[in-house]
Amino acid sequence: MSNNILELENLSKYFTTTSGGAFSRRKGVVKAVDSVNLTVAEGETVGLVGESGCGKTTVGRTVIKLYEPTAGKIIFEGEDITKYSRSKMKPLRSKMQMIFQDPFASLNPRKTVGSIIQSAYDIHGIKPAGGSENEIRSLLERVGLNSEHINRFPHEFSGGQRQRIGIARALALKPKLIVADEPVSALDVSIQAQVINLLDDLQAELKLSYLFIAHDLSVVQHISDRVVVMYLGKVMEEASTAELFAAPRHPYTKALLSAVPIPDPIIERKRERIILKGDLPSPMNPPSGCVFNTRCWKAADICRTTAPQVLQISPKHNLACHFPE
Amino acid sequence: MKPFLQVKDLCVAFPTEDGQVKAADGISFDLNQGETLAIVGESGSGKSVTNLAIMGLHNKSKTQISGSVTLNLPNQVIDVISSTEDEVRKLRGSTMSMIFQDPMSSLHPYYSVGDQISEAWRLYNSGSKADGIKRATEMIDLVGIPDAAKRVREFPHQFSGGMRQRVMIAMALVNNPKLLIADEPTTALDVTVQSQIMQLLKDMQKEFNMAILLVTHDLGVVAQVADRVCVMYAGKIVEQAKIDEIYYRPAQPYTVGLLQSIPRVDQFHGKRLTAIQGQPPSLINLPQGCSFAERCEFKKHVTGNLCTEVAPLLEEKADSHFARCHLSAAQIQDLAKVAK
Repeated sequence: MSNNILELENLSKYFTTTSGGAFSRRKGVVKAVDSVNLTVAEGETVGLVGESGCGKTTVGRTVIKLYEPTAGKIIFEGEDITKYSRSKMKPLRSKMQMIFQDPFASLNPRKTVGSIIQSAYDIHGIKPAGGSENEIRSLLERVGLNSEHINRFPHEFSGGQRQRIGIARALALKPKLIVADEPVSALDVSIQAQVINLLDDLQAELKLSYLFIAHDLSVVQHISDRVVVMYLGKVMEEASTAELFAAPRHPYTKALLSAVPIPDPIIERKRERIILKGDLPSPMNPPSGCVFNTRCWKAADICRTTAPQVLQISPKHNLACHFPE
Repeated sequence: MKPFLQVKDLCVAFPTEDGQVKAADGISFDLNQGETLAIVGESGSGKSVTNLAIMGLHNKSKTQISGSVTLNLPNQVIDVISSTEDEVRKLRGSTMSMIFQDPMSSLHPYYSVGDQISEAWRLYNSGSKADGIKRATEMIDLVGIPDAAKRVREFPHQFSGGMRQRVMIAMALVNNPKLLIADEPTTALDVTVQSQIMQLLKDMQKEFNMAILLVTHDLGVVAQVADRVCVMYAGKIVEQAKIDEIYYRPAQPYTVGLLQSIPRVDQFHGKRLTAIQGQPPSLINLPQGCSFAERCEFKKHVTGNLCTEVAPLLEEKADSHFARCHLSAAQIQDLAKVAK
């Protein structure tokens, strides 16, 4: 497929943990991301979902090479960028930008909005036609902020407005791919919808691709074309949004969907929930075989010994399970 | 029979350099035993401030509180607001308990969970330390933590987020409270763990016949457990009704907006979300009329400048369905259908 803007081939990122202290020995390995395959096509939104600790944020950070991958390949616009040095990455960084979860922590409190966005131009040595101030003002208007607020500081804005500043900063360099890591989960319900609509509009207008990382399945369903479900560093299931939500095949996906509360009391009263036993196992010491076997109601002997491969079960539907639903 | 908890005209204000912040303004509601009342609202709407006032946890020298919070106990009637600190302290942890959003910062990292639960029990029961640990073990078992005899000696950092919240629930319930205030109890948890904890709270409610006051911003969770709902906005209750009334016959534009702005996992429409424009007003400079008027889509259907000039009162729009709006319930429901 040539129109893929991003391809991940067996991407892995392991973190080593030490017992502490300067001369400590290696203690263990956390396989935060383990052999993940994923593609994002031009103009597409791929949702990456899973519970905390499943590795979804690590995937996002490895994609834009904030982390060096342990193994596997990252292919961006047909170019293998896995081994690129920092200086070689720099020109590419303008094409891939990130939006973060916490709009309070991701903006420098001592800089004005204008200089926060300006620094994106300075770092990349870009001089926008018509002057950077004009460009910044039009960016602010584009994300729904008042351009007169260019000289204000982040603390003068509400959470939703700060997230808009973060989006404006990401858009300044005219990126093609945006990695959005929980962009709306810190926002109030009524503000969340505003920001989701903004992301939708920007995508239609600028032909952006999104890798949308979130734990809120209803938001992911709304915004994504395709969804990838992760558990303990591995991909469990991947399908088009319509198919995944209507007919999930992996027991974990099914349990995850059944746990999401629906804002409709009559439906809630009739609903039968799959309540998963226990907690997420420690990623330091993941279960053998299928990583989900300790919480799965279908687990049999083979699940405890052999990890299922990710197989294509129908066009655009991939699954890693010995006993699919 | 009188309701177990009666909150009447509760006002909580904080004096600041910029002026007085009216964080909760004229809050009134009742709560019966065995019932779950959900308080829904965005950050800054006053839901947590209301709860802290019920628990008597505001610093009285820095806060102006008026109104009453009456607990109708079998052998006495107590008003939390006018009682002394000593009287209220005796209620906390015995008659009423609270669980918080973040179980890690609400547990002491240096003491084992057994010690912490046993301390709460021994405060109100005469028993040795060993009795306390025995009781703690029972509670840990009751809230569904496996291997209770061993886990009782462990420390908070050895528990996962969901298990810590179970420990908090065990501690809150150790003295069989009549009222449990749950302030965003599952917001910090993953969705599969959230459903476990909500189920646990429901089971515990049956077991102890408790009244639960659930504070949350998640309308899905509310639909799952609440009997009645209060919707708060800018420090005031804007709508109060039985759960089905709120979801199927909302009578206040903010409630309508909230319900329409959330995507649903069981419905895929691919259309734009109906967002509420703008943002909540500052609590220091509340507008003269309706606090929601600036963001209200239905304002244009009200004659003249009524919405921006006159604050609507909380009126009974249908049988025990209260809402704050100049429009009638029927008008709002018609407009809501068009907006969909």
